[in-house]
Amino acid sequence: MNLSVQPTDLSDRIRGEHIHGSLYTDPAVFQEELEKIWYRTWVYVGHESEVPETNDFVLKSIGPQPVIMTRGADGEVHLLQNRCPHRGNQVCTRAKGNARRFTCPFHNWTFENDGRLAAYAFPEGYADRDMSELGLGRVPRVASYRGFVFGSFAGTGPTLADHLGGAAETIDRLCEHSPEGEVELTAGFLQHRVKANWKFVLENETDGYHPAFVHASIFKVAESGLGGLYGDRSTALTRDFGNGHTEIDLRPEFRRLDRPMGWFGTTPEKLPDYASAMAAAHGADKAREIMIDGTPHVMIFPNLFIAEIQIFVIQPRAVDDTVQHVTALQLKGGREMNRRLRQQTMGSVGPAGFLLADDSEMYERTHRGVQSLQPEWLFLGRGDHRERRDADGYMVAHATDEVPSRGIWQHYRRLMEAA
Amino acid sequence: MLAPATDEALLRRVERFIYREARLQDEHRYEDWEHLWADDAIYWVPANGADIDPEQQMSIIYDNRSRIGVRVRQLLTGKRYTQEPKSSIRHFVTNIEIVGRSGADIAAACNVMVYESNLRGETIWAARTDYTLREADGALKMARKKVALVNNDKPLYTLSFLI
Repeated sequence: MNLSVQPTDLSDRIRGEHIHGSLYTDPAVFQEELEKIWYRTWVYVGHESEVPETNDFVLKSIGPQPVIMTRGADGEVHLLQNRCPHRGNQVCTRAKGNARRFTCPFHNWTFENDGRLAAYAFPEGYADRDMSELGLGRVPRVASYRGFVFGSFAGTGPTLADHLGGAAETIDRLCEHSPEGEVELTAGFLQHRVKANWKFVLENETDGYHPAFVHASIFKVAESGLGGLYGDRSTALTRDFGNGHTEIDLRPEFRRLDRPMGWFGTTPEKLPDYASAMAAAHGADKAREIMIDGTPHVMIFPNLFIAEIQIFVIQPRAVDDTVQHVTALQLKGGREMNRRLRQQTMGSVGPAGFLLADDSEMYERTHRGVQSLQPEWLFLGRGDHRERRDADGYMVAHATDEVPSRGIWQHYRRLMEAA
Repeated sequence: MLAPATDEALLRRVERFIYREARLQDEHRYEDWEHLWADDAIYWVPANGADIDPEQQMSIIYDNRSRIGVRVRQLLTGKRYTQEPKSSIRHFVTNIEIVGRSGADIAAACNVMVYESNLRGETIWAARTDYTLREADGALKMARKKVALVNNDKPLYTLSFLI
């Protein structure tokens, strides 16, 4: 393969296991990604537990676009554009709250929290307008899976179930850790900004090759057992679910160690209420299995990373401006766990986190690095000689292999080459 | 009620403490900085406002004394890459006031601006900082420090130097 030729079109910048650096830094590519990925495919927006009561709302986003997630009077979750259909002013400036209606401060147009126009000021000026055509813009398709709400700006296309495919099972696996089968996001978000392209963040979430090096400092001083999960003798796996969804499956390693709650660095004896609630919910044997396996480490394309104890929502704002929104997972009925989940999340992630501050440093250095000339290509071939299909037909390989990145780029290419 | 002269002397002492802390931070003297903390200390950098409940809501930093030690030891490994090379920083501290006394605890507050230069570029941080200082063995120690960044409700770049 001749990699010295300057690639011209997009498909020419993905050559097997070689990715051209400009895919991370070219503003034109970013604009095309907005159109073909962020404003087309299913994108994670928020969790139903963030709007638990009627008329609750929270400001969210789909890519750079702000979106208001509301719980309408009808009890349904709505995704509305934060833009008055009159002159384009933003109708909501609070991060969250409870409001039956939104009033645009510019000319006092008022909207129901499902988007319908309720009234405009001085109505004599609008003789016989059809008010139903002047509501807030809506995200055309909204669907949720076990409380996780996704939106798609495409009016038609694959269903959410089609999009999630085999990765839906990882969300089931997560919810099993709640004695009530539900997770909640109630602790508020940290927003960590990086001057780097969103795909560095996306790929790193299931890159099992870097932790031993990037996170050596915290593994050492915290005497963490995490390092071994990503060592060259780990039995953990990387997996490509298709549709860009990827995971690091740590279960083989946790099953080998056979310690309930070992994944969380603790024991059932230290969490007696939680352990007994889990046994009551699942039966003793199944509860033990769940508590050995631990929660998933899965990257739902393009923006939802379930990272064992927290979730990250990746938001691209420009080709070199990405925000990681992060909060602790909270297990419904798992009060004893929840404080620890919050404490560990605050310690490890966000702008000052023991882990994520170093990951983010790598994103920014890589973003600058890939702009150097010759060689302009990245090589993602690690483990291609030992990848194989698992019993479900998904590609798997060693915990440190680049199966996830290869899967992400295959899916990326399909989306970007679509008309 | 303290006599005004005593008030003035205490304020000077508090100022000297805060300036010294700022200098230790600017110079990345991590161990000396750690020695400023009391045994039951809390180091708190809230997110999403200055008045959240850190026991329920995410904070940027919410360290007890043990975790402050982990933070310092991680920096000392030399492999805390976000601080290798270290940010060049300068703290500018103003508006120092003593805002309360309770037993041995002195509540002080100030405004802080930090100019940071690192591989990414230059970043300006600004905060209201509240201290609870406590006399121990003839020296002041920090029992509590809260750094409320003015933009803590917005996306923030990595904050890995000592603020």
